[in-house]
Amino acid sequence: MKHLISAADLSRDEALLILDTAEELSQVSDRSIKKLPTLRGRTVVNLFFEDSTRTRISFEAAAKRLSADVINFSAKGSSVSKGESLKDTALTLEAMGADAVVIRHSASGAPHRLATWVRGSVLNAGDGTHEHPTQALLDAFSMRRRLGRLEGLKVAIVGDVLHSRVARSNVLLLHTLGAEVTLVAPPTLLPVAVETWPCQVSYDLDAVLPKSDVVMMLRVQLERMSAAFFPSAREYSRRYGLDPDRFARLHDDAIVMHPGPMNRGMEISAAVADSPRSTIVEQVANGVTVRMAVLYLLLGGAI
Amino acid sequence: MSAAQNSSRNPHEVPPSQRAVLEGPDIQRALTRIAHEILERTKGATDVVLLGIPTRGATLAVRLAERIAEFEGVKVPVGALDITMYRDDLRLRPARPLGHTELPPGGVDGRVVVLVDDVLFSGRTVRAALDALNDVGRPRAVQLATLVDRGHRELPIRADYVGKNLPTAKSETVKVYLAETDGRDAVVLLKEEQR
Repeated sequence: MKHLISAADLSRDEALLILDTAEELSQVSDRSIKKLPTLRGRTVVNLFFEDSTRTRISFEAAAKRLSADVINFSAKGSSVSKGESLKDTALTLEAMGADAVVIRHSASGAPHRLATWVRGSVLNAGDGTHEHPTQALLDAFSMRRRLGRLEGLKVAIVGDVLHSRVARSNVLLLHTLGAEVTLVAPPTLLPVAVETWPCQVSYDLDAVLPKSDVVMMLRVQLERMSAAFFPSAREYSRRYGLDPDRFARLHDDAIVMHPGPMNRGMEISAAVADSPRSTIVEQVANGVTVRMAVLYLLLGGAI
Repeated sequence: MSAAQNSSRNPHEVPPSQRAVLEGPDIQRALTRIAHEILERTKGATDVVLLGIPTRGATLAVRLAERIAEFEGVKVPVGALDITMYRDDLRLRPARPLGHTELPPGGVDGRVVVLVDDVLFSGRTVRAALDALNDVGRPRAVQLATLVDRGHRELPIRADYVGKNLPTAKSETVKVYLAETDGRDAVVLLKEEQR
C-alpha cells in the first residue's frame, strides 16, 4: 500500500489491518502523553483546496501524535488564488520533501493525478463527489466498536447520495468487509449507474429502518442544491429526515451515524443527533485514531 | 548427537535438524527460579508490575505472575507493552502490524516494573521498551527478565533475571516456542541455513 486514493483499492486484509492497528492506537488517545515517536522526521503536507474543519484538524492531530512534521496549505491565501496549477503546486511540495500529501480537492480524480506527480504517498481526504476513504474507514471502525462486528451488518445510508463521496467510499469499503448496504434517497439524488454499485437501493426510508443495524444520515449539501432535486426542504425532511418517530422504529441496538457537519432539523433532528445511540461525536475521535493507523501503515515502514 | 536425543524425547514436536537447547521442563524450571529471584530481590514483590513484550514475553509474564502467586500468594499485576512504534529499525522493513498493549489498571507510576522478553539479543528491543515505558508512566525502577540471553549486545543493557545464558554465533537464530501460542514449549537454535 503506497497511496490511499479509493476505498476500492483496499483488500479485505488491508482494511482489517487498518482497523486493527487503529484499535491498538486508540489507547494512545487515553494516555497523558498522547504521542508516539514513529514518524519522527517525516513530513506530511495537508493540501486543502476545499473548506474543511474536522478532516483537516483530524489529519493534523493524527500526524502530530505520530511526531511527523505537518505543513498546512489551504488554497485561500496561497499561490493557487494567483492561478497556480495543481501540478505546479505538487512539484513545489515535492521540492520541499513531503513524504505524504493529504489532499482535498473539489475535482474528482485530483488525488489520482497528484499521485503520478509526487514521490511520496497521496492520501485522499475527499475529492469532489468521488471518494473519501478515511471517512469510510472511521465509519467502519465506529460500527465495529459499537456493534462488535461488520460481517452481515445491515447498513442504511440515507440522503444525498448523488453528491456524497462519503456514501461511495462507504459502499465500497463495507462491501469489502462483508456488510450489506442499502442506499435510501429520492430518485433525483441517486447517481447514474447506482445499480452497478455493490448495494441495494430503496426510495422508502420507513421500509428500510426496522431492518437496519446502522443508519447513516448524509448531509444535504445545500451548496450543491442548484437544480430542483426536491420540491422543498420541508418535504425532504418529512420523507427522508430522521426524526424521533422514525428513530423509535429502529431496533434497540441500532446506531445512528452522521459524517458531519449536520443540518439539525433537516436530515436529522436534534433529539436524535444527541441521543446515546448516535455515534456522531465518537466518529470524530475515531477519525484521529484511524488516520494515525493509515499514516503509520503508509509511512511507518520502508518507503 | 543431541539432536538424536531430542528427537527420541519428543519425536513429533522437534525436527531432528533443530537443536532444542531448552525443553519444556527446562523452561518450567527456569521460570520457577526467576519467579523466586524476583520475590527475593524485590522483597516479596509487593509493588512489582510484570510487563511482557508481545508476543511471547507477554505469555512469559503471565506464567511468572502465576508462579509468584503460587509461592507467596502475592497477586502481581501483569500486562503487555507493545514496542513496535518505538523500534529503531522501522524504516528497514515494511510497516509491521502492532502487538497488543495492555497496562494493568493501577498503571506503572511508582511501581517496580519488570520487563519480560523471551530472547535478549542486541538490546534494541529493550531500549524501545524503556522509551515506551517512559510514555505510559514513571516507574520507581525498571528491571529486565529474559528466558534466554544469547549475547551480542549492541547497547549497554543487561538482564536482571536470566533463564539461560546461551552462547550463540551471530548468524544463528534463537526461536522460543511456548504452549500458549505454538502448542509446545521449547527453545531451539537454528543455524543460518535453516532460518
